[in-house]
Amino acid sequence: MLQIKNLHASIDGKEILKGINLEIKPGEVHAIMGPNGSGKSTLASVIAGHDAFEQTQGEILFEGEDIQELAPEERAHRGVFLSFQYPVEIPGVSVTNFIKTAINELRKSKGQEDMPANEMLALIKQKAELLEIDRKFLSRSLNEGFSGGEKKRNEIFQMAMLNPKLAILDETDSGLDIDALRVVANGVNRLRSQENAVIVITHYQRLLDYIIPDFVHVLHDGKIVKSGEKELAHQLEEKGYDWVK
Amino acid sequence: MSKYTEAELKKELETKEYAYGFYTDIDSDTFPPGLNEAVVRAISLKKNEPEWMTEWRLEAFRHWETMVEPEWANVRYKKPEFQNISYYSSPKQKPKYDSLDEVDPELLDTFKRLGISLDEQKLLAGVAVDVVMDSTSVATTFKKTLAEKGIIFCSISEAIKEHPELVQKYLGTVVPKKDNFYAALNSAVFSDGSFCYIPKGVRCPMELSTYFRINQAGTGQFERTLVIADQGSYVSYLEGCTAPSRDENQLHAAVVELIALDDAEIKYSTVQNWFPGDKSGKGGVYNFVTKRGLCENRAKISWTQVETGSAITWKYPSCVLKGDDSIGEFYSIAVTNNFQQADTGTKMIHLGKNTRSTIISKGISAGQSQNSYRGLVQIGPRAENARNFSQCDSLLMGNRCGAHTFPYIEAKNKTAQIEHEATTSKIGEDQIFYCNQRGIETEKAIALIVNGFSKEVLNKLPMEFAVEAQKLLEISLEGSVG
Repeated sequence: MLQIKNLHASIDGKEILKGINLEIKPGEVHAIMGPNGSGKSTLASVIAGHDAFEQTQGEILFEGEDIQELAPEERAHRGVFLSFQYPVEIPGVSVTNFIKTAINELRKSKGQEDMPANEMLALIKQKAELLEIDRKFLSRSLNEGFSGGEKKRNEIFQMAMLNPKLAILDETDSGLDIDALRVVANGVNRLRSQENAVIVITHYQRLLDYIIPDFVHVLHDGKIVKSGEKELAHQLEEKGYDWVK
Repeated sequence: MSKYTEAELKKELETKEYAYGFYTDIDSDTFPPGLNEAVVRAISLKKNEPEWMTEWRLEAFRHWETMVEPEWANVRYKKPEFQNISYYSSPKQKPKYDSLDEVDPELLDTFKRLGISLDEQKLLAGVAVDVVMDSTSVATTFKKTLAEKGIIFCSISEAIKEHPELVQKYLGTVVPKKDNFYAALNSAVFSDGSFCYIPKGVRCPMELSTYFRINQAGTGQFERTLVIADQGSYVSYLEGCTAPSRDENQLHAAVVELIALDDAEIKYSTVQNWFPGDKSGKGGVYNFVTKRGLCENRAKISWTQVETGSAITWKYPSCVLKGDDSIGEFYSIAVTNNFQQADTGTKMIHLGKNTRSTIISKGISAGQSQNSYRGLVQIGPRAENARNFSQCDSLLMGNRCGAHTFPYIEAKNKTAQIEHEATTSKIGEDQIFYCNQRGIETEKAIALIVNGFSKEVLNKLPMEFAVEAQKLLEISLEGSVG
């Protein structure tokens, strides 16, 4: 599904990613761990197509297609979803209105009509229940005054609505208490399938107790320095990041 | 029947003019440039006005001559040469085109995106309209319904002739003819405008729109509007339309007066979309408007405006809360793009006891435009327990535009409660990227963010108008980020 070959990327002339290689197949969950500043979030942004970063070398293939020249929305239309570490506020735009717009833009890109209102309502209801989101929440302005947990839950709600092929969860566990973490992880697990893949970016092993990865990669100074199966996460927790440096 | 040709229509209009005795021996429909007492008299004569009206205009003119153009607004422009303007041209607009094919395709595209019907497009673009599509029949039905309730809705010229007692009693009582430079000019030379009277206790059953005064299409340079809501009545009045107005006149100086007698309510909504000038800042309308309403006891006046057009806007719809327990409201969205400049806001003058006012102003600046909010909240010594809440939010797009807030508060009564909140925000790249990542392209993302920002005001507009205004905001800001 996703093949990253010798990816180099920089921001303002400063190289952050220094040759990443990664292959993700449908149905797999990959965890990317690493200390602060190792390039985890940059990797997520570059895959999503943030134009602040320049892809200087290598390639990113999504379902066999080189996506370097694609705009972020085109990548989204092909099924790439990024759950943001710091979701932005959009005052006056309700959670419902925002997701409705996103769904219909996705459908438009596929040459489909807008989703009929009753279908949309049913889908929203179903996914809101999955993530234990109540009705009042849906009418609030997007992320405005949301607690950390509410923001992350809303990200996963959007993911559930959009049903992406590849979901990248950037530090989704940060700012979550244990109950919220369980709800969010449960939501992600329910959405896993043989067709979809997930990249979990995290600093701590904690989230990986709930979302069990098939593979764990350790990122350090813009490179993957160690890859392994889920035991690697536990080893890291015990020995610390100095162990892999 | 086939379409009117321009010649046929012109001929018919000429005949009509003569039949009603408006015809004078001045050959041209347009006066030569220049302004003096003779011109003011000629305008009044041309409009067949009674003597008192002529005198009223002259008094305004004599005072105007002693006045100077105000310079306190935060706008920069080359002052109009008042002696180079023609102060009268025939209010009846001749169709300029025989079919839509001849109209600027860009204009048509905008119409289409605003969802304006083909027939309306023709009217707005100045295309001769088929007789089959009889808009006058709509207007006739409309007039009949109003007449049954005793509501008067006509042009101000007609009102001067048909209802002189009402006009004489109220004209210039809220905006005195010497009020300010532009109001004095308007009082001297106003061409036409609307008049509306709602009798005691009557609730006007429909939104009154200038749009329905179809025969008086073409608002003119110096428009005059007078709305009187008698005791306990209610009216919702819509001014303007969302379609772009490509007017040849550079200077517009309108006056609007609202009078809400005891327990009456007036809701006045405006969408202003005059030609803003091109992308390099050339051309565009100067819009210098005086709008003010007077509230008697327990009356309420609510101004809602969506301003997207004009090169220069100078406009402060205000409420004089004279009666006890009266309420004034001002909800505004002002958009400036490219080189547009707007200095707009409101005045809430609290004179009576327990008077309340609310101000919600949303300014959106893009391109190299300058957008200023200027508002006055004044609490008089008699205004026990007066309350005001003001909120001014500015949204900036890009790094070259400006947003400014000039709030003035004058409280002469210790019991007053005044709150003022102001915010300035910028459409951030992170907001746009967030939307992009969800599959929403940049233009659409901006529209979403802008509509969210403007929501509190859009919600105050009548439903249909709100949908159009929302689209208009999107179109006005197209291409402003990228």
